[in-house]
Amino acid sequence: MVEFSLPKNSTIGKGRIFPAAPGAKNVKPFRIYRWNPDDGANPVVDTYELDLDKIGPMVLDALIHIKNNVDTTLTFRRSCREGICGSCAMNIDGENTLACLKPIKDVKDAVSIYPLPHMPVVKDLVPDLNGAYAQLRSIEPWLKSDTAPPPDSERRQSIEEREKLDGMWECILCFCCSTSCPSYWWNGDRYLGPATLLAAYRWIADSRDEHTGDRLDALEDPLKLYACRTIMNCTQTCPKGLNPAKAIARIKELQLERKV
Amino acid sequence: MNASHTPRIDVMRSQLGRARGLGSAKTGVDHWWLERMSAVALVPLSGWFVIQVLRLAGAEQQDVVEWGGKPVNASMLLALMVLTFYHMQLGLQVIIDDYVHGKAHLPASLLLKGAALLIGLFAVIAVLKLALAPSTKAGA
Repeated sequence: MVEFSLPKNSTIGKGRIFPAAPGAKNVKPFRIYRWNPDDGANPVVDTYELDLDKIGPMVLDALIHIKNNVDTTLTFRRSCREGICGSCAMNIDGENTLACLKPIKDVKDAVSIYPLPHMPVVKDLVPDLNGAYAQLRSIEPWLKSDTAPPPDSERRQSIEEREKLDGMWECILCFCCSTSCPSYWWNGDRYLGPATLLAAYRWIADSRDEHTGDRLDALEDPLKLYACRTIMNCTQTCPKGLNPAKAIARIKELQLERKV
Repeated sequence: MNASHTPRIDVMRSQLGRARGLGSAKTGVDHWWLERMSAVALVPLSGWFVIQVLRLAGAEQQDVVEWGGKPVNASMLLALMVLTFYHMQLGLQVIIDDYVHGKAHLPASLLLKGAALLIGLFAVIAVLKLALAPSTKAGA
């Protein structure tokens, strides 16, 4: 059966409090999930009180400030700090998003920060995404064409054909959507999840790809595709403003279209 | 770290092998489509049924028997019963897929299908009994 409560070794304890420097005027607490695989202890939530006058505007600025100035053991992924690499995806204030795109002032009261939900945790805010990456690979997200490309040019698309890829090529594979989806939580071993299905539709919709039918075959499955219950958390949470739910609906339409 | 905390790796199959799993079942579109189509069909059927029940409220038994004996009413009732329990089975199967994993999945699915079939048959036979009952009206 599905687990509705946390296993014993995942229940979260009280952590340490790092108070702000005396004299700080604009203080906001950040409550951050901490777990270290090496100490054998349960996860805790540490509280860091930060002076907002001393740090940048985004949640990622606060995390980098903590790492540099308060607690070097805090572990998280980040790279581009401008919403294009997808590394700093985490659950902030109850919503999956990119720390670099989330303004601190959008959060009332304390800023709670957890790793992406329902994934194995490597350490602190770093989730293990290897399973999700393998699912992406399983849909073969690359151009498959039996017609040889023109010898002297690229494979061409009309403007209309190219427009069909808008809203999908922008995906940065941060997996905010998949890890916000209850269907993915319950059946993530078989349901591919919105991020991977968006990528699958990106290739189904590509006019240059010649394996559309094979791609639809590979997805026609009660769980791989149809475990989507149109909960729509994916579209609501996407930090890039994309619509994975619509891409999934399009795949379902095509599955139907080829039957009649 | 003591020995009891040493993680034991019990799955060494590659992530890609696990993600591909047993491959696609090549099914699912019918279940999805019929669940939706039966839901759409049940909207007018249920509305019709509610109106008929309100109209028959307080009627004598022979009036109800006469109503149920009309082929139009019996057909609508049969369609309502069949689609209701078919739709119920499709919908509850989805819930089982979501929440029941492992060895319990097959027995739970079979139990659901058996129960839906039996309750549906019971409803259908009740409608048929009403439809085929001899009219109690004198001279009919």
